[in-house]
Amino acid sequence: MAANVERLEPQGTRRAARYREFRLMLQAFRRDPLAVISLVLIALSILGALLAPLLTPYGGQGRGDPNLLEKFRPPSRAHPLGTDYLGRDVLARVLYGGRSSLSIGFLVVLVAVAVGIPLGAIAGYYGGWLDSVLMRITDMFLAFPPLLLAIAIAAALGPSFTNAMIAIAFTWWPWYTRLVRAQTLSLREQYFVEAARSIGVSDASIIVRHILPNVLTPVLVQATMDIGSAILIGTAISYLGLGIRPPTADWGEMVSTGRIYFIERPWFAGSAGAAIFLVTLAFNLLGDAVRDVVDPRTRRAVK
Amino acid sequence: MPRWEYILRRLAMAVLVLVSVSIITFFIARVIPSDPAAAWVGSHPTVDQIAKAREQLGLGRPLHEQYLRYMGAIFRGDLGTSVRSHQPVSTDLRTFLPATMELVLASTVMAVVIGLPLGVLSGARKGSWLDHLTRLFSIAGVSMPTFWLGLLLQLFFFKQLGLLPLGGRVSMEISLYHRVQQITGFYLIDTAVTGNWVAFKDALVHILLPAFTLATYAIGLTIRMTRSRMIEVLNERYILAARVAGIPERSVLFVLALKNAIIPAVTVLGLSFVYSLTGAILVEMIFSWPGLGTYVTNAVLSIDFPIIVSVTLVVTVFYVFVNLFLDLVQALLDPRVSL
Amino acid sequence: MSELLLSVADLHVRFRTYAGLVHAVNGMAFDVRPAEVFGLVGESGCGKSVTGLAVLRQVPYPGEIVRGRVLFRGDDLLQKSEAEMQHIRGGGISMIFQDPSASLNPVFTIGNQVARVVRQHTSAGPAKARRRALEVFDAVGLPDPPRIFRSYPHELSGGMQQRAMIAMALSCGAELLIADEPTTALDVTIQAQILALLAELRKTQGVSVLLITHDLAVVAETCDRVGVAYAGVIVEMGRADDVLHRMKHPYTQGLLAALPRPIHRGRQLQSIEGSVPDGIHLPPGCPFHPRCPRVMEVCRVEEPALFPVGPEGHVAACFLYAQEAPV
Repeated sequence: MAANVERLEPQGTRRAARYREFRLMLQAFRRDPLAVISLVLIALSILGALLAPLLTPYGGQGRGDPNLLEKFRPPSRAHPLGTDYLGRDVLARVLYGGRSSLSIGFLVVLVAVAVGIPLGAIAGYYGGWLDSVLMRITDMFLAFPPLLLAIAIAAALGPSFTNAMIAIAFTWWPWYTRLVRAQTLSLREQYFVEAARSIGVSDASIIVRHILPNVLTPVLVQATMDIGSAILIGTAISYLGLGIRPPTADWGEMVSTGRIYFIERPWFAGSAGAAIFLVTLAFNLLGDAVRDVVDPRTRRAVK
Repeated sequence: MPRWEYILRRLAMAVLVLVSVSIITFFIARVIPSDPAAAWVGSHPTVDQIAKAREQLGLGRPLHEQYLRYMGAIFRGDLGTSVRSHQPVSTDLRTFLPATMELVLASTVMAVVIGLPLGVLSGARKGSWLDHLTRLFSIAGVSMPTFWLGLLLQLFFFKQLGLLPLGGRVSMEISLYHRVQQITGFYLIDTAVTGNWVAFKDALVHILLPAFTLATYAIGLTIRMTRSRMIEVLNERYILAARVAGIPERSVLFVLALKNAIIPAVTVLGLSFVYSLTGAILVEMIFSWPGLGTYVTNAVLSIDFPIIVSVTLVVTVFYVFVNLFLDLVQALLDPRVSL
Repeated sequence: MSELLLSVADLHVRFRTYAGLVHAVNGMAFDVRPAEVFGLVGESGCGKSVTGLAVLRQVPYPGEIVRGRVLFRGDDLLQKSEAEMQHIRGGGISMIFQDPSASLNPVFTIGNQVARVVRQHTSAGPAKARRRALEVFDAVGLPDPPRIFRSYPHELSGGMQQRAMIAMALSCGAELLIADEPTTALDVTIQAQILALLAELRKTQGVSVLLITHDLAVVAETCDRVGVAYAGVIVEMGRADDVLHRMKHPYTQGLLAALPRPIHRGRQLQSIEGSVPDGIHLPPGCPFHPRCPRVMEVCRVEEPALFPVGPEGHVAACFLYAQEAPV
C-alpha cells in the first residue's frame, strides 16, 4: 500500500515537459564535438552542391563539356584537383557530382519513410490478416541482399537517376515499415489508446494524433543514420553504370571511369571517392550523435 | 521436442520465402522491363530474334502461366544465356563460383576475427583511447565506398610499398611453374592439400588485399554491433549483481558479460558474409579476381539482363539458406530459445 | 546496546546530469544492529536505493559519494581500497535487487553463478563450491537443490529465483544483507514467503537485513526497526512499532494517514499536499517544509537534526521536538 499517488498532468505541462526535454537534447548535441563537425561537413557539402556554379570558374566542364587540350593534368593552382581524362576540372566535377549523389541519398530515405510510415502504422494498428499480408510482403523484399535487388531492378528499368532511386527505394522501404510497425504495436497496447477508443475517437484520428507523433522520433533517428548508407549504395549503383548517365557528373561514375587510370593518375577517381567517403562519414557521425542524444540512457552523462 | 518444432517451422518459412523470392525475380525478369523479350535477347536484336524470344518466353500468355514457364526453366537448370558471350549462365556460374566463395569466406573470417575482439574490448573499456581509436576505425569502415578503398589499398601496398600484388589469384610464375591442382577450386585448400607450399604462399599473398577490402565494411559493422551490445550488457542488473557479490572486474567483463555480448555473433557472421558477397561485385574487378563479381560487373556494365537476373536469383537463394542455417545455429546456442 | 553492525553517517551522494546536479542523498544517517531487520522506507526518489548502493560503493556513473562515513563493524568502508571492498562485497555485505529474473545472468546456470561467488571468496575448488551451493539452496528452502544447480534462470519461477539470489548472497558468510525492494516484482503470496525467509535468516543465520522498500505493509510485517526517508535524509527512525503507531514526524503522519483503511469508509481519502521535490531544486532548511501542515519559521531556514521523541532510540528530524538536545 504505497503512499504514492500517480499524478495526471494537464496537457499544458506535458507539452512543457517535452519542450524541456528537447532543449536538453539540443544542449547535449551541441556539446559533442563530433556532432558539430559532422553538421559542418554536411552543410559544406550541401552548399557546395547547390552553389557549384558560383564556386568554380569551370561550370561548363562541371556539367560535362570536355577540354581535350588539358587532359590528365595533375593538381595545380589552376586546377586544385587536377583534370580528368577529358580535360575537365576535377573540383568542378566533384562539386557538380554532389548534386546527384547527395540527392539520391535524401530521396531514397524520404521515399522509404513516406511509404514505411503509413504501411507500418496500418499493419501495427489493425493487426490481423492485414498485418500478416504486409509482413509477408516486407519479408519477401528483405530476403534479397539489398545491393543485388537494387541492381536487378535498376537494370530492368534501365539506367537513369530516377530508376536508380526507385530501385534502391524498393530495397529500403521494408525496414521503415517494420520499424513503424514495431513502434505502433507497443504504442497500441498503452492505456491512452484504449482510453481514446473508449470515448469514441476514430481509428484514423488515433493513428494520426497519438501514434504517429511518438513514432516520429525513432524514425527520424533511423533516417539520419540511413542517409549515409543510402548515398553509399547510390554511388555503388552508379559505379556499375546503372545511375545517372555521363556526361552529367556523378561521384560513383567518376570512380568507375577513373579506375583504369588510377595507379598512375589517381586524382579524379580519388577525389570523387574521397567526396563519397567524407559525406557518408559525416552523415554516419551525425546519425550516431543524434541516436546518443535521443537515447535517455546515454543522455544521463557528465556535464 | 520443442526444438524440432522450431526447426520445422523455420524450414517451412524458408520455403515460403524462396517461393516469394522467385515471384519477385520473375517480376523483375518479365514484368518490369519495357520490352522483356528484347532484354532477354540482347542489345541489337533482330526482329526475328525478338519474335522467337517472345514465343519462347510465352509473353502473350497470362502471368501465372508465364511464371510457371519461368520456374520450369529454372528447375531444368536453364538460367538463360549470356547476351554477349552466348554461353549458358549456369555453366558460367559453376566456373566462377569457387574463386568468389574463397574470397568471401576469407573476408568473413577476417571480419569476425578482427571485429569481434575489438568490439568487445571497445565496449569493455568505454571511453579509453582504445575505444576512441576503434570507434574511429569502425565508423570510417562503414562509411567507405569499397570500390574506392580497393583502389587506395592497391595504390599504397602495390605502388608505394611494393608489398602486395596488384591482382589475380596467383602470379604468372606460379601458374607456369607451380601450377595449382584444381580440386575444390579454393586455391588455399588445393595448394595446402597437395603440399604445394610455394603456390600456397603466393595465393595467400594475393588474397590478402581483396579480402581485406571486402572485410572493411563488415569489420566496421561488427565492431559497432558488438560494442553497443557489450555496453548494453554491462548496463544490465545481473552485471551489477555480480559486482556487488565481489566478482573481480576482469571476470565480470570477459566471462560474465562476454558470453552475453557474443550471442549476436552469429548474426554478425551472417551480416559479414552478406556484405562480403555483395561487395565482391564491386571489388573483384579492381583486383582482377576471376570470380562471380567480375562476371556480374561486366554483365551490369553491358546490361546483360539474363545474367543479372539469374545471378540475383541464385545468390538470393543461397543467402536464404545461409540465413536459415545461421538462425538454427543461433537457436541451438542460446539456452533461452528452446521454447 | 550491542555494537552496531552498520553505521551510516552524514552520507551525501549526487549525480551530475545534463539537467543539473541531482542531490540524491543529503546527510543520510542510520544504523543497523546485529541480527535485526532494519527497514529503510520512503517513496520513489527519496534516495533509499542509492544509499544501499553507496554502502557497497557501487553507485553508478554519473553518481559520486561526496561525503560521509559508512562504518561496517567499525571500519569506514569509504576509506577502503577497491581490493578490500571486493572482499567485503559478497563476503561481509551482500545485496539483492528488485527483479530477480534480471539479476541472474541468463546464459549461465544457477549453480555456475553461485559456485563462482563461493570460489571467489573462499579457497574452495569446484566440488566443494558445489557442495556449499547445495547447502545454501537448502537453507533458503529451494526444493531439489541438484536440479536447481543445473537449471538456467529462466527455468525457475520468480519466487525461486529470488530465493536463489538470497542463497548466493548468503553463501560466503555475509553478515549484512541489503535487500532493495526484494518483493515488489513478486506475487503477493510469494512476497509473504520471501519476507518470512528474510525474517527467519535473522534467527537461523544471524544475518541482519537492510530492507529497502516503499511498502509500509512490508515494513510492518517484517522489520524490527525502521527509518523513514524523505528527499535524501532520514526524517524519523526507531522501533517499527513506535514509528508506525506513535509516529511523530509530520511526513510519517501524512504517509500513514494516506493509507486507505476500513475506518475511513465513507470519508474522503487524505493525501499530502504538494509533491516530492526533485533532486536538483531542494528547498532550504527542512526538505519537507513546503508541504508540512505544521511548518514554523525556523523550518524554512535551518535543517533539523534528529531529536529524541520516544523510548529505545525513537528520533525525528523536526523542530517540533527541539526541546531536547539532538541525538
